[in-house]
Amino acid sequence: MLTAIAIVIIGVLLFLANMFMDNYQLRILNLSGIYIILSLSMILINGFLGLFSLGHAGFMAIGAYTVALLTTPPMAKQMNYYLDPIVPWLAETEWSFLPAILLGGVLAAIAGFLIGAPVLRLRDDYLAIATLGFAEIIRIVFTNLQSVTNGSLGLKGLPEIEIEIPLPLIGFTLNLSACIWIAAIITILFMVRLVNGSYGKAFKAIREDEIAAEAMGINVFKHKLLAFVIASFFAGVGGAFLGNIMGTVDPLMFRFLLTYNIVLIVVFGGIGSLTGGVLAAIVITAAMELLRFLDSSFDMGPIAVSGIPGLRMVVFSLLLMFIIIFKPRGIMGVREFSWQWLIELPQSIKNSSFGRKKLRKDVSK
Amino acid sequence: MTIMDFPTFMQQVVNSLSLGSLYALLAIGYTMVYGILRLINFAHGDIFMLGAYFAFYAITIFTLPWYLAFPVAIIFTVLFGIILERFAYRPLRNSPRIAIMISAIGASYLIENLGVMIFGGRPEAFPTIQLFNQIFSIGSVKVSGVSLLIPIVTLVVLLVLFYVINKTKTGMAMRAVSKDYEAARLMGVDVNTIITITFGIGSGLAAVGAILWGMKYPQLIPLMGLMPGLKCFIAAVIGGIGDVRGAVIGGFILGFGEIMLVAFIPDLSGYRDAFAFVVLILVLLIKPSGIMGKATVEKV
Repeated sequence: MLTAIAIVIIGVLLFLANMFMDNYQLRILNLSGIYIILSLSMILINGFLGLFSLGHAGFMAIGAYTVALLTTPPMAKQMNYYLDPIVPWLAETEWSFLPAILLGGVLAAIAGFLIGAPVLRLRDDYLAIATLGFAEIIRIVFTNLQSVTNGSLGLKGLPEIEIEIPLPLIGFTLNLSACIWIAAIITILFMVRLVNGSYGKAFKAIREDEIAAEAMGINVFKHKLLAFVIASFFAGVGGAFLGNIMGTVDPLMFRFLLTYNIVLIVVFGGIGSLTGGVLAAIVITAAMELLRFLDSSFDMGPIAVSGIPGLRMVVFSLLLMFIIIFKPRGIMGVREFSWQWLIELPQSIKNSSFGRKKLRKDVSK
Repeated sequence: MTIMDFPTFMQQVVNSLSLGSLYALLAIGYTMVYGILRLINFAHGDIFMLGAYFAFYAITIFTLPWYLAFPVAIIFTVLFGIILERFAYRPLRNSPRIAIMISAIGASYLIENLGVMIFGGRPEAFPTIQLFNQIFSIGSVKVSGVSLLIPIVTLVVLLVLFYVINKTKTGMAMRAVSKDYEAARLMGVDVNTIITITFGIGSGLAAVGAILWGMKYPQLIPLMGLMPGLKCFIAAVIGGIGDVRGAVIGGFILGFGEIMLVAFIPDLSGYRDAFAFVVLILVLLIKPSGIMGKATVEKV
């Protein structure tokens, strides 16, 4: 019930934001939503199953390319493919966005299944490097399929996502921000249900001790594969939105630096906490933009400081290194947000400050 | 398949030899660090990049002659590798393995961004050194001096390395730490010093590789370490991680595989970078412990 109210409130806030914010602020808001989807999908495997997978960029590429290829109008496609004509079965397709995004997710999930089935038998570092390898292979294949993906030239001029809701009386269209945030909220709700349900308990059991979990009758491999496929689906959906918001899709976008970005968001929030993932996605996306002033020159009183291009990313990576070294569990660790916690918050604050006063009295005596 | 005449083929063999040597030099750094800390040093490729830039700046800005510039660059790279271990990895020595691996990713990210900031995103051209860029003709085979120099330097470096590992006390301590960390400590080995030395040697080899790389492929960009770094880790895995001979074998397998793939099947030249990953996945599925590695059984 509280959750439903919270969603309505968030919806209203987003609606207001959509009306009153300028394009730049909206873009940051949209990026945060996308990174929520991506970081939750990574937390599912890396946090709740304890499998270190670095293959996200590949799955995102699949989602992004699917949506870009299916929804770009035929005219725009012809403009893009000047080196090699596009394959005929893609030239005339113009799907609406909802099925295209879902198909993007499903194709990413299928790829996740095909990759996961052999690779998930590996452990730790081997798994990390094998998933990374597969992501790179996906990217290299996309670079070379000139007549399908337009190779390294990429696809430009993608139409912005909007989904029409054809209800009989109040038919309306959802714009890009609405689509992203609806997807993000669905992702959050789905992940919370999944993690708190029996599957989630099995995942955590596997994370804590694989052999013990197997002895308790959990089919370890099946659960790993399931989580991997689900995570791939959401990575595909997130990638679809990310490609769309950028307006262009090209293979260089999906290098493993993109996966690093998500890893660092997840680490910042605390691997193993969905709440942490959501918070970190918003905080880091906003911080990346706020730090942008470091790159350009700015006035500090009478002194004009000339910006150093690239300083922003250095500061950003330094901050993250500090977090990793001094607070390796991230801001949330494995704690989660719950209504119970929020309701009891005033009480617990009172208790703690009361306790502190009492302690001080003891000391003064 | 293309059919090629003998001189072209020999040319490709020389190219494969030099590429394989470069991969081997870099792969050793990965395998040594992994052997001791069980850590994929994701930043190793970026240390390689730094080595190349140090040499570049020593020659262009400080106008040192190459025989001074190269040792200086190697020393700076070694220092950097040691500093990296001290500040990014040592504080996390007792944390879970995932934490230290993430720290490695973070360090790699930091060095790359520092590189972009300090060196700029524009590619720089590694200075050509007249002595090494002459073209030699052996019969009808034409090879550049660099392509001959690389395998020779690598061979010398490897001989020294094997001597250090197998014949000296430090080498014995290194082998002991990689065999059993705790037991080595109990036997009086100063583990921290050994780890520092290992990072130093690894970074030094990366710097040698980077300088040779710069002479053969004279284009420097701050992200140049990414791909070679990944491939060389793969080379180490293929050879059996933790085993120096394995890393060398893995490096040469990748070097020969890549060059010959492009030479014999030019249609697949776009897939050159995928070759290493395909081999990696095959090896992991068939024999995860690598060519030289011994299978270990986990006891409950």
